[in-house]
Amino acid sequence: MFEILTKRTIGPAVYHYDISAPNIARKAKPGQFLILRINETGERIPLTICDYDGSKGTVSIMFQAIGKTTKELAYMEAGDSLSDMVGPLGRPSEIERLGTVVCVAGGVGAAVILPIAKALKAKGNEIITILGARTAELLVLEDELKAISDDFIITTDDGSRGISGVCTDPLRQLIESGKRVDRVIAIGPAIMMKFVCKTTEPFGVETVVSLNSIMVDGTGMCGSCRVTIGGQTKFCCVDGPDFDGHEVDFDELMIRQRIYLDEEKASLERFERQCEGGCGSKGERK
Amino acid sequence: MMAKGERLSAREQDAKERMDNFDEVSLGYDEKQARAEAERCLQCKKPACVGGCPVGIDIPAFIKLLKEGNPAAAIKKIKEKNSLPAVCGRVCPQENQCEKECILAKKSDPIAIGLLERFAADSERSQDVAAGSKVESKGKKVAVVGSGPASLVSAGDLAKLGYSVTIFEALHKAGGVLVYGIPEFRLPKKIVEAEIDYVKGLGVEIRTNFVIGNTLTVDDLFEQGYEAVFIGTGAGLPHFLGIEGENLNGVYSANEFLTRVNLMKSHLFPEHDTPIKRGHKVVVVGGGNVAMDSARTAKRLGASEVYLVYRRTEEEMPARAEEAHHAKEEGIIFKTLTLPRKLIGESGWLKAIECIETTLGEPDASGRRRPVIKEGSNFTLEADVVIAAVGTGANPLLLKATPKLKLNPKGYIEADEKGTTSMKGVFAGGDIITGSATVILAMGAGKQAAASIDEYLSARA
Repeated sequence: MFEILTKRTIGPAVYHYDISAPNIARKAKPGQFLILRINETGERIPLTICDYDGSKGTVSIMFQAIGKTTKELAYMEAGDSLSDMVGPLGRPSEIERLGTVVCVAGGVGAAVILPIAKALKAKGNEIITILGARTAELLVLEDELKAISDDFIITTDDGSRGISGVCTDPLRQLIESGKRVDRVIAIGPAIMMKFVCKTTEPFGVETVVSLNSIMVDGTGMCGSCRVTIGGQTKFCCVDGPDFDGHEVDFDELMIRQRIYLDEEKASLERFERQCEGGCGSKGERK
Repeated sequence: MMAKGERLSAREQDAKERMDNFDEVSLGYDEKQARAEAERCLQCKKPACVGGCPVGIDIPAFIKLLKEGNPAAAIKKIKEKNSLPAVCGRVCPQENQCEKECILAKKSDPIAIGLLERFAADSERSQDVAAGSKVESKGKKVAVVGSGPASLVSAGDLAKLGYSVTIFEALHKAGGVLVYGIPEFRLPKKIVEAEIDYVKGLGVEIRTNFVIGNTLTVDDLFEQGYEAVFIGTGAGLPHFLGIEGENLNGVYSANEFLTRVNLMKSHLFPEHDTPIKRGHKVVVVGGGNVAMDSARTAKRLGASEVYLVYRRTEEEMPARAEEAHHAKEEGIIFKTLTLPRKLIGESGWLKAIECIETTLGEPDASGRRRPVIKEGSNFTLEADVVIAAVGTGANPLLLKATPKLKLNPKGYIEADEKGTTSMKGVFAGGDIITGSATVILAMGAGKQAAASIDEYLSARA
């Protein structure tokens, strides 16, 4: 069993859990993910490992409670256990000395980018971070990212914090200013990654994205997570999750992410109906 | 009683009734039927059937025990060679193995060896007989990668020899293809669980949620004190159709489609959280058992029309005749001599599949006549779900993480007939060597590898 050791709320419906998983913690590297299942009737969901401590045997995840499973996960407390957790899965991010790396994080993408940015910083790279969200309260891991960044920029769509607008604006300005950028890493919603790639493409700036496609097993067995990269079908779980952003067919990815939209909605509504009158109490949960 | 030459057919769930459930289709023999069928066995002095069994079960001996009304002794006899009889009795292609060699087959119907094996196994399970007893420990650890049929047999045999065996399984449930691949209506999961419990009862430890190659590498296993490793990871890389539109929403690999239903119980959505697209018009491409399983599953999920598109004729279909027969009974429409050309979508969602007719030409490398396209014969089938059941390849995850392991040109592990690989102390067997084959062949390979591992470790002692 995989016990939740600590639970922190770090934004509106955004949670950070440290979970006991010694086998995963020992091998985890930045950019890798895990798949968890809450209980016997639960689905397998992939989540990026946002931190890990091999000596303590813990891994950290961060998630936004939006669907049925993430909401159910959010109802769990420290001391509760998940029935299954497997990993580390996927290829680790490339961590090398490049020079200057711009990390563009959208929403909870910050959780994915943090360990990568940390590792790149430790390799001696200059790190410029652009953290974007719709509104100020949705900005997560601000302090953690700021601490390892040489330059730190915040954008919000509604202007409630930092630069008003989208994260691609300061990115474009930065590149246009003549600043040498050796790599851009963009992690967030698919639409945001798409536009980051569109921004960097004319300048020929290498851009890496981490794709969050729908998965089942996470080991290359089902093919659910297939994405088109440079005209070829790849599996996100074993060939990725990191890919050259300029090669990714984002429109296809976004359509595939919506396959189960109707089912997800129905499942969530059913869950919320069941929860009226006390999902929080342990006895009520499945 | 039936005439001596006539084979008793098993009871079956009615075709109309079974469309609404996932319960087992074949109900097997009852005790009376089993004894009557066993009576037909000629008890040949030189039994050809045994030679047709990849694991060499003493078939006449166990049938004799059934005839004497002693299923408990019969199953003991079977288990001398076969750790998974309830599974094999259900999914082995007996018609191409033991039953094909049966002397009665020359004049009439062969003995229903599979059904008798199943009966023996089922009657043992119904009596809740204790698992095999543990033997004296040899004090040596063996790691088994994967928990499908090759691995379970290998692990079971090694445990019986006194090794301390740990199975590492990537998914949250053990059983490999037996749990994610073969549907409930052909192989009930409680039966797989009982067989796994038997292997556990022999002292085998099973660690789920553990990906060898990621959670630990093969080298790590040796460092942790395992003295030999058996790789039985199967052929789990789905092949797609290689035609336009295969990433449209609604296009599944058979692996994904079957995993969602069999392992994740998506037919019970929303009680179970994993969703699946229930198509109204479903097209399955392929002609093997996996294609039949997919088509019959789609039907049970409520599809009004299910087509099976296969590029050769029914005669060349790799599926068992019984499965094709059951599929037809359930209303699956066979479109043979047909090849898919293109998947047609609208705003990213599958709408139809364009196919073309074929004829059969000269035999190809497989010995089967090659499908030749009939130009201009294109036609379109409406479809909201298409399932590609066109075979699988070697899953590269473990292989990439184990560069010392030599592969053959097709990407499978290179091993000799004893399961020895290019890496010292590493043995392999099943689909990861041969490509997708049958449960019983994988079990035979697991058995062979266990013997090889024993030989290897005994020599090292």
